[in-house]
Amino acid sequence: MVEHQHSTAAVHALAHQFDDLEQQHEASNLGMWIFLATEVMFFGGLFAAYTVYRHQYFAAFEAGSRLLDWRFGATNTAVLICSSLTMALGVHAAQLGKRKALIVFLILTMILGLAFLGTKLTFEWSHDWAEHLVPGLNWAPQGEILSRLQEAHAPLPQVELFMFFYFGMTGLHALHMVVGIGLMIVLVILARAGKFTPENPNPIEMSGLYWHFVDIVWIFLFPLLYLIGGLASSQ
Amino acid sequence: MSTAALEPSIETHVHYLNVNYGIKSWLLTTDHKRIALLYLGSITLMFVLGGAAAVLIRLHLIEPTGALVQPETYNKLFSMHGIIMVFFFLIPSIPATLGNFLVPLMVGARDLAFPRINLLSWYLYIIGALIVLGAIATGGIDTGWTFYTPFSSTYSHTHVVAAIMGIFLAGFSSILTGFNFIVTIHKMRAPGLTWFRMPLFLWAMYATSVIQILGTPVVAVTLSLVAVERLFHVGIFDPALGGDPILFQHLFWFYSHPAVYIMILPAMGVISELVTCFSKKRIFGYSFIAFSSIAIAVLGFLVWGHHMFVSGQSVYAGLVFSVLSFLVAIPSAIKVFNWTATLYKGSISYDAPMIYAMGFIGLFTMGGVTGLFLASLAVDVHVHDTYFVVAHFHYIMVGGAVMAYLGGIHFWWPKITGRLYPDKWARFAALVIFIGFNLTFFPQYMLGYLGMPRRYAVYPAEFQVLNVMSSAGASILGVGYLIPLVYLFWSMRYGPVAGPNPWGAKGLEWTTPSPPPTFNFETTPVVTEEAYAYASEEARVG
Amino acid sequence: MWSGFPLRPDQASTIAEGYDHLFYFETLIAIFFALLIFSTIFFFAVKYRRRSPNDRPPDIEGSVALELAWSLIPAGLLGIMFFWASSLYFENSRPPTEALEVFVIGKQWMWHLQHAEGPREINELHVPVGRPIKLTMTSEDVIHDFFVPAFRVKHDVVPGQYYSIWFQATKTGKYHFFCAQYCGAHHASMIGWVYVMSEVDYEQWLTHAGPSGETVAQSGARLYQQLGCVTCHGTGRAPAFNGLYGKPVLLTTGETVTADEAYLRRSILEPSAQIVNGYGPIMPTFKGQVSEEGLLQLIAFIKSLGNEERNAGKP
Repeated sequence: MVEHQHSTAAVHALAHQFDDLEQQHEASNLGMWIFLATEVMFFGGLFAAYTVYRHQYFAAFEAGSRLLDWRFGATNTAVLICSSLTMALGVHAAQLGKRKALIVFLILTMILGLAFLGTKLTFEWSHDWAEHLVPGLNWAPQGEILSRLQEAHAPLPQVELFMFFYFGMTGLHALHMVVGIGLMIVLVILARAGKFTPENPNPIEMSGLYWHFVDIVWIFLFPLLYLIGGLASSQ
Repeated sequence: MSTAALEPSIETHVHYLNVNYGIKSWLLTTDHKRIALLYLGSITLMFVLGGAAAVLIRLHLIEPTGALVQPETYNKLFSMHGIIMVFFFLIPSIPATLGNFLVPLMVGARDLAFPRINLLSWYLYIIGALIVLGAIATGGIDTGWTFYTPFSSTYSHTHVVAAIMGIFLAGFSSILTGFNFIVTIHKMRAPGLTWFRMPLFLWAMYATSVIQILGTPVVAVTLSLVAVERLFHVGIFDPALGGDPILFQHLFWFYSHPAVYIMILPAMGVISELVTCFSKKRIFGYSFIAFSSIAIAVLGFLVWGHHMFVSGQSVYAGLVFSVLSFLVAIPSAIKVFNWTATLYKGSISYDAPMIYAMGFIGLFTMGGVTGLFLASLAVDVHVHDTYFVVAHFHYIMVGGAVMAYLGGIHFWWPKITGRLYPDKWARFAALVIFIGFNLTFFPQYMLGYLGMPRRYAVYPAEFQVLNVMSSAGASILGVGYLIPLVYLFWSMRYGPVAGPNPWGAKGLEWTTPSPPPTFNFETTPVVTEEAYAYASEEARVG
Repeated sequence: MWSGFPLRPDQASTIAEGYDHLFYFETLIAIFFALLIFSTIFFFAVKYRRRSPNDRPPDIEGSVALELAWSLIPAGLLGIMFFWASSLYFENSRPPTEALEVFVIGKQWMWHLQHAEGPREINELHVPVGRPIKLTMTSEDVIHDFFVPAFRVKHDVVPGQYYSIWFQATKTGKYHFFCAQYCGAHHASMIGWVYVMSEVDYEQWLTHAGPSGETVAQSGARLYQQLGCVTCHGTGRAPAFNGLYGKPVLLTTGETVTADEAYLRRSILEPSAQIVNGYGPIMPTFKGQVSEEGLLQLIAFIKSLGNEERNAGKP
């Protein structure tokens, strides 16, 4: 095996169990892909359950979907896709050794991620709470919402189940985003300390993979939760 | 062999056990060998606890009206036995102890790909175990390890959520272990170690790891949903709230069937190592065994519905699951024939690991063929949820996996500890275990066919004779398990020093001192021969 | 000790002997392979025991021919087992149309059984020998399972769903039935007896058994009046029931479903879930007002309406 001459920083970056940075890089990459596979299976269980009940409680799920505002969902989708762009640009910057650009892009990604979470919390979830639409906690649809559900012949327990999937799946997704944002804070701190070199942009690349995965999950969630009721204007 | 068996250790080299001392050096270690020992200790403890529950169960069942405890307590005992044995013993056993210890050694690496994640996996296991043990100590859990809804989500009054949390953490421990092995085997093999030169134990660990990473997340999310339903009364699996209890079963068994392959594939990997070493011969049909491990892993994901033939799925679904369940038997049969053929014209020694291996092959065959009864739709209608099923899975898990685990522990004990154990006691214990095991579980096949359902705290009097026979066998089996605990402990201090390769075995782990130094090899080994190349040169006994 | 040491339960149903033959065949195969492996291992272990540390075993890699042989031959045997078992299973999956119906409700930790002809039983089931009996089962709480070893029948009993099994007893006598799905504290006590009686004895038992002498369908008719169903379903405001059972129904969603027990049950408990085409969502739910037993009675009543019409010669 050919010995490479490494810069001091890179030598320090080589973990003892690996023979060289290339092996370490490949191992981390494979590791991240495997981790993402486990995440697919984890979310997959929820998607499977959702699919079963979507089929069984067709009308109720559509009525439930109309309780959500697809415009917030669409905006959030755009925000998240942009954040994947900034993340990809950050990975690119790391690969080229551009420290300042990397930090800027990481911060932009975080801001967009926080915007996503902020929209969810302040516009969607707090509204749902105010309207008594949170299953298990304060589920008691009333007034106009209640009559609209009744018009749609949607039995309330089934709509509650839809809302459970909504909160459960977007909540699990949000949790993953919080973890991702936390990751990014750590990366910013390390980047400022000069830890990432063109020889070892690995942690940035892997975090990029993770972030893109979180984005893709949302791209599946958005239509399944927001769009199945059609685009009729909701409250 | 030195007769100075009672002299204290005379290791002259620095190795992973004596390189540093103190509790922090163990609790914060990233050395895969130390982590393997951390697991070994915790798993042994869980085995003892799960075994204690089994002892109580068999004592209780001596009387048709129940000899020992109230039915509510009995239900908690079998639940505890199942949860501990499945999630905290069988699933981690070989991967987290032997796998963690051997995978880096067998690939010729200094450690696993992610040593800190390895340590994290142990901590997740410990915290999960503490949570479950806490739940048991403060009232127990009575849902069975299968958590069927709506009983577990709505009707049980025990610590279901706590048990689920503990199992959830143990699940992630399992995922991290599998994840580490896959990356290590893919990316860290020594020069010259191609896939088809790897020892079959590595193929087995690889296949197991694939199941671990793909299957475990599903049960994690499913059990989480049960917890959510229990806490928030949302109707996911409870029909009274609009949920579907059969959906729970599909999601649960989607993992829990592959889970049994997580338990048996590593055992099969161990057997390949034992059979070759103690016949001094290469394995018969290497690539067939390697591919059959992969086939079992893949097919294992497709058969979960055979647990649900009488649950309410359609007869057509039953047909599909039945045919696939028959199919998955074939790769296992291939392995059994290949192991047996390896013995042909070998040079067979009767060391304790080999006794365990030969016992495994026979008992696994018996357990495996009874699986065919369960795959047969018509027969399964009669024996489903009876003691026939209990006998079947104990033949595979105890007669199979546990015996392979013990065989592996004995085989690699000199490498792990640098010491030899007393072989006569070891062989005696293996025999006691074999006999006790059969006496315990063979009567249960008969009980099942006669119609005794499982999970019964009391039973009709006509089933008593067979129950008493089974309990008598269990007492012998229990004694059998205690014997190795005693002499293995004893050997750590007083056993004769083993050299690097007391068995004359092939494999990279035997080229390094016993116990190995922290980073395993002086220089990265280069592999030039196939696995089990016993015929190419005399294996040097050292 | 060995006299009266049974190896199998009674063969007391039409399918028991057939199932046992399959079981014996599989047992023979199991014993054959177990003996084959054990004896081969034993034989090899003895014949090829290590005689010297310098033994040099031959370097045998394998044999594709052998691998094929011991894959295909077992596969063939497995194929036989699969086909035999599946055909038995299929044959017995559909109850004969002339079966006597019994409705079974499992609940923690007892069994309610009601014959269509009226008599109610608890933890006991009296049936005539030589006639097919169909059990339609549901649970009031958790999943249970109805298992009669002597008849070789078993099926889970699931809350919110109806499952049917059937058997035809061939011998009079008394046979265990068990709950075979763990259901909580007294799962092991949720057992009872099937009493198979001669036709004559059964008729006698029938006349003495039911307290009111009312059939299940008649109880259902009473409930139908009591709950006011007739106000809509008897006046054209809601779908009529004559000849409804078993027929396809077109819903407002465009879907067509079969009017089976599950459909009828859902229509009573969740009426707005499946609305018949041409009608509005005005039926109130009766959830909480009708017990599982009541539901079965109403369903039996609705089933009987078509029969009456047909028996009266209407097309």
